[in-house]
Amino acid sequence: MALPAHISSTVANPSSARTPIYALVGNPNCGKTTLFNALTGLKQKVGNYPGVTVEKKIGTAYSQHGQPITVIDLPGAYSLAARSPDEAVTRDVLLGRRADTAQPDRILCIVDATNLERNLYLLHQILDLGRPVILVVNMMDLAAAAGLTVRISRLEQALGIPVIACEAVNGKGLIELKVAMSRPDLPLARHAWDVPAAIAPAVTELQASLVSHDRKAPFLARAEALLLLTDQDSVRVAGSTPLHARTEEILRSWQKYWEGEGTDWAGALVNSRYDAIGRIAADVILQTGETGPTASDKIDAVVTDSVWGWAVLGAVMTLLFISIFTLAEPPMNWIDDQTAVFANWVQRVMPEGDLRDLITTGVIAGVGGVIKFLPQILILFFFIGLLESTGYMARAAFIMDRLMSRVGLNGKSFIPLLSSHACAIPGIMATRTIEDPKDRLVTILVAPLMSCSARLPVYLLMIAALVPGDRVPLLTKVSVMILMYALGTLGAFGFAWLFKRTLLKGAPPLMIMELPPYRLPRVKDVALNMLERGALFLRRAGTLILGISIILWFLSAYPKAPAGATDQQQLAQSFAGRAGHLLEPAIKPLGFDWQIGIGLISSFAAREVFVSTMGVVFNADATDDIAPLRHAMLAAKWPDGRPLFTPLVCFTLMIFYVFAMQCVSTIAIVKRETNSWKWPLFQTAYMTGTAWILSFMVYQTGTALGF
Amino acid sequence: MAATIKLSELAIGASAVVREFLKTGSASIRLREMGLLIGTRVTLVRTAPLGDPLELKLRGYNLTLRKTEADTVLVELTT
Repeated sequence: MALPAHISSTVANPSSARTPIYALVGNPNCGKTTLFNALTGLKQKVGNYPGVTVEKKIGTAYSQHGQPITVIDLPGAYSLAARSPDEAVTRDVLLGRRADTAQPDRILCIVDATNLERNLYLLHQILDLGRPVILVVNMMDLAAAAGLTVRISRLEQALGIPVIACEAVNGKGLIELKVAMSRPDLPLARHAWDVPAAIAPAVTELQASLVSHDRKAPFLARAEALLLLTDQDSVRVAGSTPLHARTEEILRSWQKYWEGEGTDWAGALVNSRYDAIGRIAADVILQTGETGPTASDKIDAVVTDSVWGWAVLGAVMTLLFISIFTLAEPPMNWIDDQTAVFANWVQRVMPEGDLRDLITTGVIAGVGGVIKFLPQILILFFFIGLLESTGYMARAAFIMDRLMSRVGLNGKSFIPLLSSHACAIPGIMATRTIEDPKDRLVTILVAPLMSCSARLPVYLLMIAALVPGDRVPLLTKVSVMILMYALGTLGAFGFAWLFKRTLLKGAPPLMIMELPPYRLPRVKDVALNMLERGALFLRRAGTLILGISIILWFLSAYPKAPAGATDQQQLAQSFAGRAGHLLEPAIKPLGFDWQIGIGLISSFAAREVFVSTMGVVFNADATDDIAPLRHAMLAAKWPDGRPLFTPLVCFTLMIFYVFAMQCVSTIAIVKRETNSWKWPLFQTAYMTGTAWILSFMVYQTGTALGF
Repeated sequence: MAATIKLSELAIGASAVVREFLKTGSASIRLREMGLLIGTRVTLVRTAPLGDPLELKLRGYNLTLRKTEADTVLVELTT
């Protein structure tokens, strides 16, 4: 087969063409990620747009002739009139408003063939940009199954740009797409549409100002002018260049004028776009088959039913929850064991000394502590990936929205909060699905109040110390446990309600989104996403967590006790031990002494460390059975002879653990996810403050009542 | 012209044509960007188990929105 002239010329003279940068854009749920993965394979770099927690994904695709093509995968967007940080980043990159990202040369716009009209809205805005665009019509097979024929050649004629029919899931159309992408020249769209007469003068004036004051290219300036007129109170994000004051002024004066006239300018713009789209769609889409209820409709009749819906949601969440707990446990134990084995090996081969201690108990234990989070993170994100790609995630948000809106959040906060019951780290990482930045922040702030699995050993030890006898009756154990979980959950919702009313007050978030048709998940995409999450955690939070763990280790290992001292004596005179003494006046009103203080401090490494620290403090081995530790604790006394661990103190300590922020890993991930130290510090303060106040109230009331 | 009702008052399974937006602002613009325009035909597919949000079918896809947003849209019943 002879190659078309323009392709063979690129082969003959590869240096003539700089590798073009493509931006991949599309609506949510149109198969954009699948296409990106299919185009770039594992050649992807995942990072962050500076200043905002929106993921930046750049990959390299190769043309049929092995030439690299850079593809930036922009976040899914319904419109360039941004309503979320994700959409704002997409808009800003396309408009060249971000200094950190080169403006793409060409745009690859992907649309869902089964939902062409609404998907073409974004394309219509993108064509305004005056850049070469390739349109990918994805899910052609699903459209055919729904009785829809999309006449690609008619669409190509109407738009004047290359249009590629595609099934990204099975790779159909990829070769044609790559051929089109490596074309040295692409035609610009025939893209004439009627801006409403009342608005046209404003567009011209804004365009002129954007060209002269904001130094924009004329085409781009017109696109931006149109967008400014749709984008009333658009989302602004860090890293986006602000407009020139003169441009802002022109915009405001027009808006004021129209408001006086009663002109709905933004609505009129949307209407004229849809008019233009409607004309194209009428010519391009043929409805051939029946339009009875689809398979999705039938599934939804059960999944969102007012009775069955709860059962399905309950079952899915129980499965998710149990999986995180049970499936993560063996690999977590394995990581613990391997860490210990490795530390022992280093212990044997290295000469005794400070360096050996640093490596074995500081670094190796610290790295082990970081890796230990991976199983839970991977499992949670595997599930979230499945739920998202099948379309169930949107249904869970749909069902839970009413409940979550009572505290001012929306349905999307539900899964991150629920996952935080296993561990707040993956839970907080999962908040990225929440578009509204304030909602996301509130969810992050309250997530660690959901009792996590690291608190379990502490609760268990305290319950054991609380009741007489070596065996705790199951009923007691379960009811105290439920009480603690309920307290944490109540606290989380209470604070969410409070924060949404005070600190992070804002308009109730919109819940305007598509409920996409159910689709079979693509395991490759789900697995890739899961691995990316894991890698991001290690890279972004892992180092910080490791650093703090080493500091905590140092505080308990130094200054060194004289040779021959026991672990108990070493800890007692270490910095941590001294800090315990320093802390005692502050925690005495809660019924805690300095020894418990050491436990509270050591909990910052991970809450469950409290148990082993108590083992060292009271010189009792708690590795296999907590009974010896329980006995040692019950024998512990204040200097004046009163017992230390009274049932009231045990109960107060549990309350403290429910509310206090004692986890450096959570602090580290919150720092990473909010891009500042302000929020993790605020979170630590409000949680620990609440813990102190509630513990104080419980202990003092209990004491007054004679417990 | 037949009487209009609020989109939020539409019975489950009933179809209607959008006639008027009572409010401007970001929610109303976003609804229109999602294809809910004056003259668009919508069907109320269902409400969530707790009665809110609503699920609409329009232009061949399913859209969810809260009652507070649906309160600001007037529709005319079709048969």
